[in-house]
Amino acid sequence: MLALIDHRSLARRPSIARFAIALLALSLHATSLAAADVPPSRIVSIGGSITEIVYALGQEKRLVAVDTTSTYPAEAAELPNVGYMRALSAEGVLSLKPDLVIAVEGAGPPQAIDVLKSSSIPFLEVPDQHSAAGVAAKIRIVGKALGVEARAEDLAAQVALGIAQASTPGAGQTDRPKVAFLLSVTDGRLLVSGAGTAADSAIRLAGGKNAFPSFENYKPVSGEALVAANPDAIVVMRRKEHDPTQAVRAIPGIHLTSAIRSDRLIAMDGLYLLGFGPRTPGALRELAEKLRASDD
Amino acid sequence: MTETVAGSELYPPKRPLFGRAVLRRAAIPFLLTLLTLAICASVVIGPSDVTFPDVLALLDASLRGDPAGDGLRNAVIVYDIRLPRTLLGCLVGAGLAVSGAMMQGLFRNPLADPGLIGVSSGAALAAVAAIVLAGSFSLVIPSSLRPHLLPVAAFAGGLLTTILLYAVATRSAQTSITAMLLAGIALGALSGAFTGFMIFRSTDDQLRDFTFWSMGSLGGATWREVIAILPFIALLFAALPFVGNGLNALLLGETDAYHLGFDPQRLKRWIIVLTAAATGSAVAAAGAIGFVGIVVPHMLRMAIGPDHRLLLPACALLGAALLVGADILSRTIVAPAELPIGIVTAIIGAPVFLSILLRRRAVFDF
Repeated sequence: MLALIDHRSLARRPSIARFAIALLALSLHATSLAAADVPPSRIVSIGGSITEIVYALGQEKRLVAVDTTSTYPAEAAELPNVGYMRALSAEGVLSLKPDLVIAVEGAGPPQAIDVLKSSSIPFLEVPDQHSAAGVAAKIRIVGKALGVEARAEDLAAQVALGIAQASTPGAGQTDRPKVAFLLSVTDGRLLVSGAGTAADSAIRLAGGKNAFPSFENYKPVSGEALVAANPDAIVVMRRKEHDPTQAVRAIPGIHLTSAIRSDRLIAMDGLYLLGFGPRTPGALRELAEKLRASDD
Repeated sequence: MTETVAGSELYPPKRPLFGRAVLRRAAIPFLLTLLTLAICASVVIGPSDVTFPDVLALLDASLRGDPAGDGLRNAVIVYDIRLPRTLLGCLVGAGLAVSGAMMQGLFRNPLADPGLIGVSSGAALAAVAAIVLAGSFSLVIPSSLRPHLLPVAAFAGGLLTTILLYAVATRSAQTSITAMLLAGIALGALSGAFTGFMIFRSTDDQLRDFTFWSMGSLGGATWREVIAILPFIALLFAALPFVGNGLNALLLGETDAYHLGFDPQRLKRWIIVLTAAATGSAVAAAGAIGFVGIVVPHMLRMAIGPDHRLLLPACALLGAALLVGADILSRTIVAPAELPIGIVTAIIGAPVFLSILLRRRAVFDF
């Protein structure tokens, strides 16, 4: 291929031509390296953040299927769907003839995973940590499996930096605002995040502190307890056509809280804020800005 | 002899296309054929493109030596996924249908199902406890045993609840069926409350695991599950002749059964043990699959009458065929994903059951 290039024309425009040759040589080198261990071309991605990483690395053409938690980007929904990540069907996954299955930690059931492993299809389980280092590790692992280490390294560094910057408190900010995260508000019943959840990590990384640190996971909490906790901000999960902020404003006594008085009732998309993938720096920055907004 | 006794109230004699004698004689061969067809279909149909010719080629390759290349994937799909899944479907379906028929015979109540002796609620409580608490005991339980925790717990939970219920309902070596029914309701409410408490303690993932478990699935079928459930269902089959005769006698009432030479207490104990073991192991292997235990016995009672000597084996065959057929749908409708089988059995079972009831109502006005 290199022989086809006219050397005389190269001599006339040396800088551009040399750059082009260098690029060409580099890409040829890269393909030959990757070809040595045949990069996977039929990938099943299980877990919303894994799918986002595959798209962020520009490798979506190699995806053959995703799971129901992969809701971003919207094009991912057009791919065949293998069902909920914890209730996979072994033959369903095999029917797509994948040459790599990438799953976020917790995919199951174990029997289906065992069968997949016994069918000699590479199965990669990616740990899920809600931190800057955790997201960066996730990106590096996926990048390595796809044979795009360099791009993954860039993205991982960028995302880790973005998360670290989002968490630095703003100038003149002394106290961390107390934040209540409501997973759902149905008929006045509140499901609130305690410690140890993705929401808890997101609040901390955005410069806030959880208003309900006394229990683990998501628990139902009464409106009275929410008012008593007096959060400085309330974060609710927004779903497609459903905005729960009206329901929150209807909670008796809620107007007494610092969150409503300072107008810090924040609605954010679930996977965006809690997915811990490439979009996390943006989500955390957005949350951090809203937490600081109208701070008086 | 019993045909006119028990069925008369629920199912008045009818004038159908075929006489009951014909149906009775044809029942077992017909159901055997149906089950064979269902098994064959289940082995050659699935979400992947491994179909009849591939299965034949695979059998051929396996007989001549080890399959290689594309054959390896096909071998995993047929030998490690479809075959154990089909067999597990047969065993679970047969176990649930026979248990249901025995319960309806024992309680002399058309609404009876294995849940009445507490085995389902106990298994559900133990299952959710295993899902939620597994993490807390992760240091005690070696990781190699953790996948077996849920089925073992469900089986033990079902059996323990049944034993407790039996003890409560038994006074001076006599088990009162009414006491068992009422105590069963109380124990069901109690284990429901504990189940609710476990759900309260659960994380999102654990809650979703339990929700899927409670809708049932044969998706976890491997040879291990088939071998684990086999002895319990085999025990059930071995006892069918004895139980069939006994239940026929019991339809006349406990006193008459006694005079016919059957010890009602011994019969009750056996039926409860068999049902708890069969249902418990079925629930442990495939989660809570509803409806099979009610619909299958009723459909067959309408067709061939309440003679348990014929009814129980027929229930085993139809239950197996129904569950295997439902499982084919469950793994192909939304392929490559999978619909929980409890949804499929209810969607097929309920309309069929209703249509039978309505047809009979139109003719006989009940």
